[in-house]
Amino acid sequence: MAVITYRDALNQALVEEMERDPDVFLMGEEVGVYNGAYKVSKGLLDRFGDMRVVDTPITELGFAGLGIGAAMVGLRPVIEFMTWNFSMLAMDQVWNSAAKLLSMSAGQFKIPVTFRGPNGAALQLAAQHSQALEAVYAHFPGLKIVTPGTPADAKGLLKASIRDDDPVCFFEGEMLYNIKGEVPEDEDFVIPLGVADLKREGSDVSIITHGKMINLVLQAAQQLEKEGISADVLDLRTLRPLDVDAILRTVAKTNRVVLVEEGWPYSGITATIAAIIQEEAFDHLDAPVLRVTQADVPMPYAKGLERLAKPSVELILEKVNRVLYR
Amino acid sequence: MADTKTKKGKADRPAPHDFPSSPETPPQDPAWEQEGKPDLTPEERMQGLPQEKLRRMMRDMLLGRRFEEKAAEAYAVAKIGGFCHLYIGQEAVAVGGIHTLRDGDYVMTAYREHVHALQMGAHPNAVMAELYGRKDGMSGGKGGSMHMFSKEHNYLGGHGIVGGQIPLALGVAWKIKYRGEDRVMQVYLGEAAVNQGAFHESLNMAALWKLPLVVIVENNRFGMGTAWERASSLYDISQKASAYAMPSAVADGMDVLDVYRVVKPAVDRARSGGGPTLIEARTYRFVGHSMSDPVSGVYRTKEEVEEEKLNDPIRIYANFLAEQGILSQEELEKMDEEVKAISEAAAEFADKSPEPSPEELYRDVYANEDVAGRLFFDGRN
Repeated sequence: MAVITYRDALNQALVEEMERDPDVFLMGEEVGVYNGAYKVSKGLLDRFGDMRVVDTPITELGFAGLGIGAAMVGLRPVIEFMTWNFSMLAMDQVWNSAAKLLSMSAGQFKIPVTFRGPNGAALQLAAQHSQALEAVYAHFPGLKIVTPGTPADAKGLLKASIRDDDPVCFFEGEMLYNIKGEVPEDEDFVIPLGVADLKREGSDVSIITHGKMINLVLQAAQQLEKEGISADVLDLRTLRPLDVDAILRTVAKTNRVVLVEEGWPYSGITATIAAIIQEEAFDHLDAPVLRVTQADVPMPYAKGLERLAKPSVELILEKVNRVLYR
Repeated sequence: MADTKTKKGKADRPAPHDFPSSPETPPQDPAWEQEGKPDLTPEERMQGLPQEKLRRMMRDMLLGRRFEEKAAEAYAVAKIGGFCHLYIGQEAVAVGGIHTLRDGDYVMTAYREHVHALQMGAHPNAVMAELYGRKDGMSGGKGGSMHMFSKEHNYLGGHGIVGGQIPLALGVAWKIKYRGEDRVMQVYLGEAAVNQGAFHESLNMAALWKLPLVVIVENNRFGMGTAWERASSLYDISQKASAYAMPSAVADGMDVLDVYRVVKPAVDRARSGGGPTLIEARTYRFVGHSMSDPVSGVYRTKEEVEEEKLNDPIRIYANFLAEQGILSQEELEKMDEEVKAISEAAAEFADKSPEPSPEELYRDVYANEDVAGRLFFDGRN
């Protein structure tokens, strides 16, 4: 298997799906001539032409809605938000139209659109450009929520998302584009949505996470191993569909759980997972479920404050020690 | 619109905010009081349309009217719930506009949509059953008044958020161009939607990419209870097209033939690759914004509504057809009986249609029902 970056894995997925299906097109700000603000679409304009790799004006609401309308009548658009921070201009379209048209039309109109782009904090971009927004989108039934944390997952899940008949919100980690990993070259390498991945086997504690945080959690798990603690690390990969069975399996195995997410704690993903665990697996728990999230504040610009606001390996270790009553 | 209109009836409305008073930018009169309609001979008004089609337009407007009168009755006895926005008074717009289309063309509109659905070929029984929230409704009872769809008829719905449907329509027009199809997308919106960002973003892209889109603004003068001159800095909606280098036109929305006359060239232009057009159809709703809103009293006077009713598109057109010897009074009455019976039958059908079964609750949230168990985790399993 080739070792490539997360960025190139996404690029491969786009190329393969656009080659495979002429109904797939990519649209967004700077995806064409500029080769993508984060270079995910590099080379696509030359390869596929300007009807299939379409630069838009800065109008998130307008081109998100365009993608949904085109999906209604049979195309399979991939809509790039330059970052998910800007997707908030398009919320009405994604929440009120994409999420609901299948239901409101009693199944007459499928909406096979994929919205994708970088998500979460980068470095010192301050409050409006450093937000992990998957929890907000996960609130809406009708949307599928995908959060790949590794290059292989990025490729396999993006291909699955483009082929999926429902609207998919695909959250890429803004700090992940340069990370490298082994990625299968097989063009039928598709990772089904709704299947979590046990990234590391362990027996003392379960650390459940998704998206960019998997890299942090694996670092923490390595550290724990040195201290003689073996962590079961579950990467949810998709938040809708949610692999509840995999969550319950790891809880039953270790009886102790730490949940990690990049976003805010209030109404967050980990809040939902914690509720599911106490409803479904209370008898398996030997300690309260603990969470690691971003601080409940808008992201500060100052370097030191930003570091304090973000989840960290130290915080994960601290919570793991607490569920182990160490 | 008729130039005989007076300002009577508007006395109780709040005055528009202060307009710039410099001589270069004088306050504008409300657009609907400007001249916009050419003086045409009866032959010119009929545009060579076959008599069959001219009669059909009459019948379609009448069906829309009688159907909604029946719906209003059903709402009054709580057989229909929620919001119910009637189109009474505006029928000439949807009927005239949609009559310009061919099979294969698409229509999308907002929440005042029953007549558009009927006009696109949806069965009155299915429309009424949807209003009743029943299984045989267009959306299986899950959409209601504001969310009706018929894929079979290329009727792309009923959308409930002001302006929200415009970008979707842009996407449908994009698909037509992407696939090189011989089709046109027609989107209807209320005048209040013109102030939404969705309108401006979509029109800009439609013009930029020369998409086959016809945008028809149904200017009934009120965004809910806010009169147009209290909501817009520019009264003449057709002028807004100039911001997108887009052609535009004004139609008398109380005259079905004038709507046809204005919309048809726009549809032809869109079909031949000439790009989008913005059309303002100046009309009036004779009823409240929704069933919860009185016809008059709060934001408009009874006198104003009564005066506008002199312009009833159905009466005007019936008189015209009678004068031209195309439809006699007797034939009109027969037609009226026929559409009343259809509306009556629709209500009876809806009444008998069952409620959606409980299993429907989780259906059609996602396209792939296999994953339903993992998608719907709500502690009820």
